Amino acid sequence: MSGATTIRAEEICKSFSDEKILDNLSISIDEGEILAIIGPSGVGKTTLLKILNGLMIPDRGEVWLMDKRLEFKKNSDLEARRKMALLSQKPYPLNKTVSDNVAYPLRLRDEDDIEGRVEEALEHVNLLEFSDRMARTLSSGELQRMAFARATVFEPDVLLLDEFTAHLDPYNISVLEDAVKWYVDEKNSTAVMVTHNLFQAERISSSTAFLFDGKIIERNKTKNIFEDPDDERTQAFVNGEMIF
Amino acid sequence: MITEILHITLLSIFVSVSATILASIMAVPLGTILGLKKFRGKEIIRTVTYTLYGFPPVVAGLIIYLMLSREGPLGSLNLLFTPTSMILAQMVLVFPIVTGLTMSSVSDIAKDVKETAMTLGADRWQTAKTVLNEARVGVISAIMVGFGRAIAEVGAVIMVGGNIRWHTRVLTTAIVLETRRGNFAYALILGGILLSVALFVFFILKRYQDKGVKM
Repeated sequence: MSGATTIRAEEICKSFSDEKILDNLSISIDEGEILAIIGPSGVGKTTLLKILNGLMIPDRGEVWLMDKRLEFKKNSDLEARRKMALLSQKPYPLNKTVSDNVAYPLRLRDEDDIEGRVEEALEHVNLLEFSDRMARTLSSGELQRMAFARATVFEPDVLLLDEFTAHLDPYNISVLEDAVKWYVDEKNSTAVMVTHNLFQAERISSSTAFLFDGKIIERNKTKNIFEDPDDERTQAFVNGEMIF
Repeated sequence: MITEILHITLLSIFVSVSATILASIMAVPLGTILGLKKFRGKEIIRTVTYTLYGFPPVVAGLIIYLMLSREGPLGSLNLLFTPTSMILAQMVLVFPIVTGLTMSSVSDIAKDVKETAMTLGADRWQTAKTVLNEARVGVISAIMVGFGRAIAEVGAVIMVGGNIRWHTRVLTTAIVLETRRGNFAYALILGGILLSVALFVFFILKRYQDKGVKM
């Protein structure tokens, strides 16, 4: 069900202490698409997400959200940043109740019907009964579910997910994966998901990109990437072999 | 005697609360900026601030004395031996403590909170406000420590205030005087009042520490 391009990165380069992490990388993601980015540790998957979100400045290259080019300046990118959400592996709970945490992005935007929208967001991740609890008393699975509600309550067009279910138990993984699929489908939004969990990529993504050596080596429908990849390095990676 | 004790107590509260508020108005934003920003020389500023925690009160008193004395740069203001000079002396002592402790509590959480606030759509001002709100336990503790330093201070206020009866005599300087006179019971009562004042102010600040700001 893919449509127009929602977010795209063009010729992105990023180095840390002279080590090239992203090398002339270009990628675009369409409306309604869940793209999984897979690849070995340290190849720059998280760096790419942070650049897409405008949190990290690339050495070279451009990021476009719909027809708006990010300038990588905090306040001039505010409008674009407010259409995206980044859910990290270890979300930071603000020192507030669960409902105040979820209300936080709505209050930043001075929006209406905060209470109703918070309730609805918490309901989707089975957390309504925890509304009045302090967020810091939640377990890691509950905290990640709260963070998902907080990241989606303002209905972003792009959802950036960075290992969002790492170290969670099967119940929480299942709730969160269902929530991502529901959100992208219902709101016709876009999700970019960095994951080490290849089974997860197979379960929920519509397409998958293999990132290696600073570049997207191969990108295709998820089924093709796992069953019949074109590149031998992709094949080796999905088969669990060491690649160089 | 009761009227005099009341006068001494109220003047103590007025001087120390004023000094703490005025110093914090400058120190909290400065500490927040120092905690949030990365810049060259930050470590030097941090070390200097920490060193100033131990700033000797008599040296602070001496500096303010020289500035406010008739020959000093601010001599024309005629502030020496007034409560204003005592406030200034206490501010010099409170300022580095509140700045340094605010900077530490903001630095500890700055990266995580900044990233969270920005990814959820906060602008620069909202991000700073969120960081400060999250660091409130540390920031209010910093103000408490600053107030503790101010209310317990004796060396500087005796130098610039002169311990003048009905004019600049505060609890600490009165305790010193009464002990020298051998009025130990009176000195002990003043000591009890001093501790009660500190307890009362800490209690009020603690409530702000727990509540935070809704945003």
